[in-house]
Amino acid sequence: MASNGIKDKVAIVGMGCTAFGEHWDKDTSDMLIEAATEAYQSAGVDPQAVDAYWLGTFASGISGIVFAEAMKTPYKPVTRLENMCATGSEALRNAAYAVASGAYDLVMAVGVEKLKDGGYSGLVVPSPDGDGTESSMTAPAMFSLLAPAYCKKYGVDEGELKDVLSRIAWKNHVAGAKNPKAQFRKEVPMETICNSPRVAGMFGVFDCSGVADGAAAAILCRAEDAHKYTDRPIYLKAFSIAAGPNEGFISEDYDFTTFKEVVISAQDAYQQAGVTNPREQISMAEVHDCFTATELVLMEDMGFSERGQGWRDVLEGRFDGNGPQPVNPDGGLKSFGHPIGASGLRMMYEMWLQLRGEAGDRQIDNPKLGLTHNLGGQPGRCVSFVSIVGKDIG
Amino acid sequence: MSGILRYGSYIPFYRLDRQAAGIGRGERAIASYDEDAVSLAVEAGREALGGSRPDTLIFATTNPPYAEKLNAAAIAAALDLAPQTRSLELGGTSRMGLSGLSLACDLAAAGRTALVCAGDVVIGAPGGARERDSGDAGVAFVTGPAEQAIARVLGSASATSEVLDVWRTPDAPFAKQWEERFGVEVLAPISLDTAKRALAAARVEPETLTKVVLDATNRRDVAAIPKALGLKPEQLADPLADNVGRSGTAHAGLMLAQVLDTAAPGDRILVLSTADGCDALVLEATDRIATGRPQRSVAHWVASKRTDLPYNTYLKWRGILPFEPPRRPDPIRPAAPVMKRHERWKYAFQGSRCQSCGQGHLPPQRVCVKCGSIDQMKDERFADQACSITTFTLDHLAYSLQPPVISTVVDFDCGGRMACELTDAEPKEVRIGDNLEMTFRRFYTGQGVHNYFWKARPTR
Repeated sequence: MASNGIKDKVAIVGMGCTAFGEHWDKDTSDMLIEAATEAYQSAGVDPQAVDAYWLGTFASGISGIVFAEAMKTPYKPVTRLENMCATGSEALRNAAYAVASGAYDLVMAVGVEKLKDGGYSGLVVPSPDGDGTESSMTAPAMFSLLAPAYCKKYGVDEGELKDVLSRIAWKNHVAGAKNPKAQFRKEVPMETICNSPRVAGMFGVFDCSGVADGAAAAILCRAEDAHKYTDRPIYLKAFSIAAGPNEGFISEDYDFTTFKEVVISAQDAYQQAGVTNPREQISMAEVHDCFTATELVLMEDMGFSERGQGWRDVLEGRFDGNGPQPVNPDGGLKSFGHPIGASGLRMMYEMWLQLRGEAGDRQIDNPKLGLTHNLGGQPGRCVSFVSIVGKDIG
Repeated sequence: MSGILRYGSYIPFYRLDRQAAGIGRGERAIASYDEDAVSLAVEAGREALGGSRPDTLIFATTNPPYAEKLNAAAIAAALDLAPQTRSLELGGTSRMGLSGLSLACDLAAAGRTALVCAGDVVIGAPGGARERDSGDAGVAFVTGPAEQAIARVLGSASATSEVLDVWRTPDAPFAKQWEERFGVEVLAPISLDTAKRALAAARVEPETLTKVVLDATNRRDVAAIPKALGLKPEQLADPLADNVGRSGTAHAGLMLAQVLDTAAPGDRILVLSTADGCDALVLEATDRIATGRPQRSVAHWVASKRTDLPYNTYLKWRGILPFEPPRRPDPIRPAAPVMKRHERWKYAFQGSRCQSCGQGHLPPQRVCVKCGSIDQMKDERFADQACSITTFTLDHLAYSLQPPVISTVVDFDCGGRMACELTDAEPKEVRIGDNLEMTFRRFYTGQGVHNYFWKARPTR
């Protein structure tokens, strides 16, 4: 029994990402074509060269045909998968494992989501036939449970925490303002964030990530073949997924100040990658800032901050774009919205740019290791994904 | 010989201030947006049941949530009655609550133990007397052999009258009532005659009555009875007109419950209800009267209230006033097979507890989240267990007729946790640690299917 990982066995050699936003003029297929085409060009390959595909989409289509039909891939294997908000990352993970196994030489992971056509506020989750007793809590309500619990456990005043949360939103909008692919490309004053209309608990509108359409794609091959396609590949160091058994809504021990799934998946990823001190060794991270309080708790769960100290690190600017450990340098879900199937690959797209020195105004100075993270579900009952990528082998 | 073994009442938390609404004086009780005749009957039934195991259930209402489908079945399931329970549903006129009690007493005399539940949500056209004078409530009685009774039946009488007094066709939103003077002309003599016959059957002289419960579609139908029988004002039971309103099928029973709340052994009570005829029962409280009382009296429910509900909110709750819904999908109807498989959870609120490590599970699980034991669970009903708020949030985005939705995580005193909606609560007043109790509610109606389940409410 072991989580052996595939450190340095697989490389990403090409990526593509659409702008995220309200694409009233684009179908799901249009976004898939755009992201895939950019990825083919980025890797310098013809579509025929790709052996197999993994398509991540939460609810924008059923089966691999969604992609095959859009790109007219000629009878290639296309696997459609879903793992809630980790859907895009899960496509990448499964594609990478297929390459590592030797089953294929060149594969694509692609993710897409079309959310804006529904016309609803927030995310609408399709659910199987039920008995009508299921919780009807919306996503902001679920995650807003973190804030008062954090205050209580660490003796932080609610007003003070509101400033911390607002600063997280502010930081991510500052980053997003520099990103041409972001949905929201404006800095937002702290005061506007603090005073935004309440959505759930302590969360105002600006504590929530947006709703957007988008797609992203990556082309992967075995590490030893990477330089056939690019002189600057990025190497996959670790993949980890933890799916929780809903302990948080059964056991009275759970206190809503942590995601056990995140702690476990992060530890697994660090072990695979040989990371012993994430606060020092991880140069940058793209984390699942679906809500501001989520990002705060993630900093502690992933070992970037000591327990109960994350809020201080936030206020001190540790995770700012120009801070010692930038978090969400591309603007995060906050600036991009969260087209579910695409988000994990969008995060990896930022790693791709940063590790290759192509991030423009947002470029971080000489990053070595980057981390991406997704979280699907809610505090107490979720699935968590962590990946670690690096510029070099070793 | 038979009688009442136990009883219980329920008055919803909200009141409409008639003066504030511009429709009169005093208050009327109103069911919350998530309550209906079935849920009111369940709440009263829970109060009444105690440890009794009825073999028969009678449900009376003029406002059945389903026109076709046994509403009593949902009540039986929520009260966790045995599957072998015989059930009956009475309706069509507000007298059926007392008719049901009378029938239940007759069944008890034949050796059965019956639970009769009456619940009504009485909706009147805006601005009319029916809206003003009616109320919403539930009441329940368990009947059985006289030797176990807290109040035994001394006599009864009935009458049926074909008369156009109060009527409503199935598709009409509001009942209508013919000119009151006509109703009085027909129903007053019938009411007096029925009262006299019941007293004669009971061999009880009017002056020996401790209390007289007089209920009618129109108060004037029974207004002549006190004088005709020589009753003193103190013999007349409180009609609950100023603080509850006439609660349809539940009302005669609710007035009787209030009498029983303070009755002494030997007290004799006449209960009479007039609508399309008349039913009357004469009862005598026994030495056991103090043993069959519910946890909460009618006076307790009357005092436990919130009166600041805006009139237009009330109109929205009753579906009278259209309103802008949130930009969220309409609620989805629950699926019949899933509801059937999960019936004990959904209706009886039965979870499970791991026999290996003691962890409680709501909903019931097969595999323990704590120790991993498989199929080592024991069923456990949580409906009457107290719980408290571990954490909560106000959800302004979720669909509700009373936003924001108060979403809580509750921990049961007996061990067990669940995410649960809080009802009958003021968002600003909710605090971690608040003591709660469970309450049976209608969450929503999706595609014509009513979705019942349990919520928590601050302990009343």
